[in-house]
Amino acid sequence: MKAFLAILRRDLRLSLGSGGIGLPVVFFLLVATLYPFAVGPDGALLARTGGGVLWVAALLAALLPVDRLIAPDAEAGVLDQYAVRGMGEEMISAAKITAHWIGFGPPLMLAALPASAMLRLDVETLAAVELGLLCGTPGLAALGVMVASLTAGLRRGGALAGLLMLPLAIPLIIFGAGSIGDFGGGAVRFLAASSLFLVAVAPFAAGAGIRALRE
Amino acid sequence: MTASLTLSTLACVRGGRVLFKGLNAALGPGEALLLTGPNGVGKSSLLRLIAGLLPVFAGEVHCTGRLALSDENPALDPRLPLAKALGYWANIDGTGPAAVAAALDALNLTPLADVPVRLLSTGQRRRANLARVLGSGADIWLLDEPGNGLDTASLALLERAIATHRGRGGIAVVASHQPLDLPGAQARALEAAE
Repeated sequence: MKAFLAILRRDLRLSLGSGGIGLPVVFFLLVATLYPFAVGPDGALLARTGGGVLWVAALLAALLPVDRLIAPDAEAGVLDQYAVRGMGEEMISAAKITAHWIGFGPPLMLAALPASAMLRLDVETLAAVELGLLCGTPGLAALGVMVASLTAGLRRGGALAGLLMLPLAIPLIIFGAGSIGDFGGGAVRFLAASSLFLVAVAPFAAGAGIRALRE
Repeated sequence: MTASLTLSTLACVRGGRVLFKGLNAALGPGEALLLTGPNGVGKSSLLRLIAGLLPVFAGEVHCTGRLALSDENPALDPRLPLAKALGYWANIDGTGPAAVAAALDALNLTPLADVPVRLLSTGQRRRANLARVLGSGADIWLLDEPGNGLDTASLALLERAIATHRGRGGIAVVASHQPLDLPGAQARALEAAE
């Protein structure tokens, strides 16, 4: 437990220190700003499509820090030092997922407030987006760490991470965007279920990925 | 608990090549093993094998006591001041700031405690890497080329640190192509396999 907290604190400090918290949030807000420029200032259209745009923006923002999650620790020998101390790779992955989520989930939920104003979303839609992000971002964080550990040993792993992660995130984006519409209650349950599934599976998949990096 | 390390008929295979085989060694408290041999004969692989980072191909590694490894990777956060970066590992190892201060002192790094790790020179970084091992409170030290980049004064500090560790009942396994003064150490010269 002490080791879990130590890794959590360190990874959080690293993500805060290297602009990690700023970058996804700025990216998210940038997409929300650019979208009205692209489709024109039609308030009704923006309000109808804005929720989905926020979900696409959130997904892409979650992808940004992926190349910093595992690869630098592998190169600097930090993962080797964890292994020498007999710390379980699953525990390390779980700590990294938690830190990654704290670093981008809640900041994204805050950034959704100004973004919703730019997209002319009404209060109900905003509430649905916030609830959806709360349920969905842990799944995105788990997916991010999982893909990061699988691509850490590769050259240009960052580009490959995007290709790997985006298809796996399809259930999250379908149910996330679906939770905004008329039948939102059912979709949000599916969203929470897929997110929970990813959070449950990812530590084991990422742990296996970290072990495979050692060879 | 007394530290011990036993290697019995150990073999290592990397990428389909046999690096070494039939390696035996038994170390008790206060003993040291000095590994020598040309590049590429498996000195680093043997240390990683003992550390559990590589799978054992044949034979057995049996150790009692906690391990600490120093290889070419410092594993210290480049942005943090040296003492804080070392403190991260001391916290995980459960030794705390006093052990970090003692380790810094033993390797003459105390004046650099507040300097960010990325600003350290090669030799200073090497000593910082060794300070991580000193501060871990581990029973068995695995040191891979610990003398690389060290000046004569630092080499003497390193030899003294290893002697102190052995005096406390610790074990040291050192791979080095530089001559190191380890009194009474068992020596193994690894040879290139056929």
